[in-house]
Amino acid sequence: MLEIVVFSLLNGLLFGMLLFMLSSGLTLIFSMMGVLNFAHASFFMLGAYFAYQISTVTGFWVALIVAPLLVGGIGMLIERYGLRRVHKFGHVAELLFTFGLAFLIEEVVVMIWGRIPVDYGVPADLNYTFFTLLGTNFPAYRAFILLIAVLMFVALFLTITRTRIGMIIQAALTHPDMVAALGHNVPRVFMMVFGGGTALAALAGVIGGPILVTEPGMAFLLGPIIFVVVVFGGMGSLGGAFVASILIGVIQTLAVALDWSLGGTLGAIGIYLPTDGFIGTLARISVSQTAPILPYLMLVLMLIFRPKGLMGTRES
Amino acid sequence: MSDRTLPTGKTSAAALRGGARSDRGGGFLGRYGLWIFAIIVLIVAPQIMTTGFSRSLLSQIGISIIFALSYNMLLGQGGMLSFGHAVFYGLGGFVAIHVLNAISPEGFALPLELLPLAGGFGAMIFGAIFGWISTARAGTTFAMISLGIGELVYAGTSMFPELFGGESGISGNRVTHTGLFFNYGPQIDVYYLIAGWCLICTIAMYLLTRTPLGRMANAVRDNEERARFVGYDPRMVRFVQYTLASFFAGVAGGLTAVNYEIVTAENVSAVTSGSVLLMTFIGGVGNFAGPILGAILVTILQLSLSSITETWQLYFGVLFIVMVMFAPMGLAGIIALHEPIWQARRLNRLIVPYAIGLATFLLMGLGLVALIEMNYYMSTTYDASIPMELYGQEVSVQAVMPWLLAIAVTVVGGFLFRLAIRRIRHSWDGVIHDIKQEAA
Repeated sequence: MLEIVVFSLLNGLLFGMLLFMLSSGLTLIFSMMGVLNFAHASFFMLGAYFAYQISTVTGFWVALIVAPLLVGGIGMLIERYGLRRVHKFGHVAELLFTFGLAFLIEEVVVMIWGRIPVDYGVPADLNYTFFTLLGTNFPAYRAFILLIAVLMFVALFLTITRTRIGMIIQAALTHPDMVAALGHNVPRVFMMVFGGGTALAALAGVIGGPILVTEPGMAFLLGPIIFVVVVFGGMGSLGGAFVASILIGVIQTLAVALDWSLGGTLGAIGIYLPTDGFIGTLARISVSQTAPILPYLMLVLMLIFRPKGLMGTRES
Repeated sequence: MSDRTLPTGKTSAAALRGGARSDRGGGFLGRYGLWIFAIIVLIVAPQIMTTGFSRSLLSQIGISIIFALSYNMLLGQGGMLSFGHAVFYGLGGFVAIHVLNAISPEGFALPLELLPLAGGFGAMIFGAIFGWISTARAGTTFAMISLGIGELVYAGTSMFPELFGGESGISGNRVTHTGLFFNYGPQIDVYYLIAGWCLICTIAMYLLTRTPLGRMANAVRDNEERARFVGYDPRMVRFVQYTLASFFAGVAGGLTAVNYEIVTAENVSAVTSGSVLLMTFIGGVGNFAGPILGAILVTILQLSLSSITETWQLYFGVLFIVMVMFAPMGLAGIIALHEPIWQARRLNRLIVPYAIGLATFLLMGLGLVALIEMNYYMSTTYDASIPMELYGQEVSVQAVMPWLLAIAVTVVGGFLFRLAIRRIRHSWDGVIHDIKQEAA
């Protein structure tokens, strides 16, 4: 039991860190431009596929650097020639643009790499056991992911709160005219931020690809959950996204490991529910079966009771 | 977000003016001409298109029209961008299919014609519950809650296999012999049932736009603060609008249950929600008839493209993005744009440039489609050395020639298309200039 709890916590932390890497870019883009980028998970997928393609030629470490840069470049082009044109039609049009983009990227990926998963595995350098605890091995690659995520959080946090670039980024959000008057090219700042955000998503894809499955449906699977993270943590709050990622990662991983059900729990204290009909079904549902709905339940409850989110400062 | 929700402000105003004009445009025919025309089309269409495919296509179009119009009650009229409207379509379908299975001539003898109402009222109950939760907020928060509820319900369907039938869904048999008019064995019977409901729902939803509720929904969309100041509770307006929209979505779901005799979790999924969003937006949210156009076009594309090419979603995505970027007011908006030119009788000056534009676009498209299809074939087929069929020709994707040819056609077509666009813009400016001169 202890072993299950410890490893569920570790894996939950890992999943949470991956979620954070994904949602940090989304948070950045959202807080800067007010655009909820529906295609964000698609950039994550592009990162994984690019990394796979590059690593077949040069190996993992080059891919780790080059793939995010390439995807970031694509992101910038999309912002410059797509999103910026749509901006004048308002936020809903921007949202719909990224919504269509998500469809498009998935189909392009199918067109180039096919529908079946590609063989993108853990790099050989990191394919060993980091430590063994209570008889279970913890792979080094997972430790590597944790390390990268923590580095990313620290770097991002310091950039945004402690540097001049971060200051301009923050100011451009609330007072774009003032920033422009001070001589900064605000559209270009937007373009850089969009590119930066997509590059972060791609970085998550590069290191997340080997432990998830690199296939065309991966964006569709992860897309909704990173929205949960960003909204739950508070739109535009990096710290909130961090806490929400870990929370959702751990809760979901723990829930999967538990097979408690309502009927079983009540049975243990002497109350027996009927085993047939609707109540029977309800009594038989185990915690692990509810795992897929938990994040969305958290999202809906949070939006009802505190639309600002965990650490957010504004509503929309 | 609430203050610049959608580019609907201008276009919807134009649409309303258009509506008012047809009211004034005297006579019985000026007033009801369009509706009579629609009824005739509804009756005659399946008599002309007699193949099985086209009749089931027509049936699906009818369902899509109701669904898209109900979605527009949220997005177009109420300014609520929902990512989970399929919840009501799907749940309505599930309610209807359970009722269908309960029908028997001896016991519970509900006329089959009224089955969609069961779906509608079932969905409306869920609409009231979820609506109460989500309509407290507008804008992005509303959109996010709708996304959450959509995912919640979709994930929830796998938890109650008795209610939702798990992977295989719930199936039923529409031949209950309780129908008032037909026995609903052949598709044509079902088509007329759908057509009837489509007409009733369209009229009902149209009339709803002209009630104080419909007007207040517009007001809340455009300026929530002012609507509150006038004395209306924006949340209440949104709530009622939302609940009514879920009723109509449920009717569409109920018709799906009759049409396909099966309802699966797919019907509540994000894909279905996404496709109704596409239909409504491509048709145009600023105009009442927009979603109807969108439903017709998108359903035809979905059903016919998916039988022609496997990568139809790519073309779909491109169409959607192009619409968002260049015509956010949708098909109806494009038509509305030409109305003043039509009335000034100067549309003929645009016909030639448009024809050239279309021809060059088709040339470019021909090359582009060839490139996409060859690429797709190469990465999805097991053995790329087997020649593929393209435009009725056998093409080997491993040869160089087809690729060069496709690239050449695309580039030349693209270049000519650019020139054609320039010409269209030039003629357009000229026509507008003339009309203004005339008016001055």
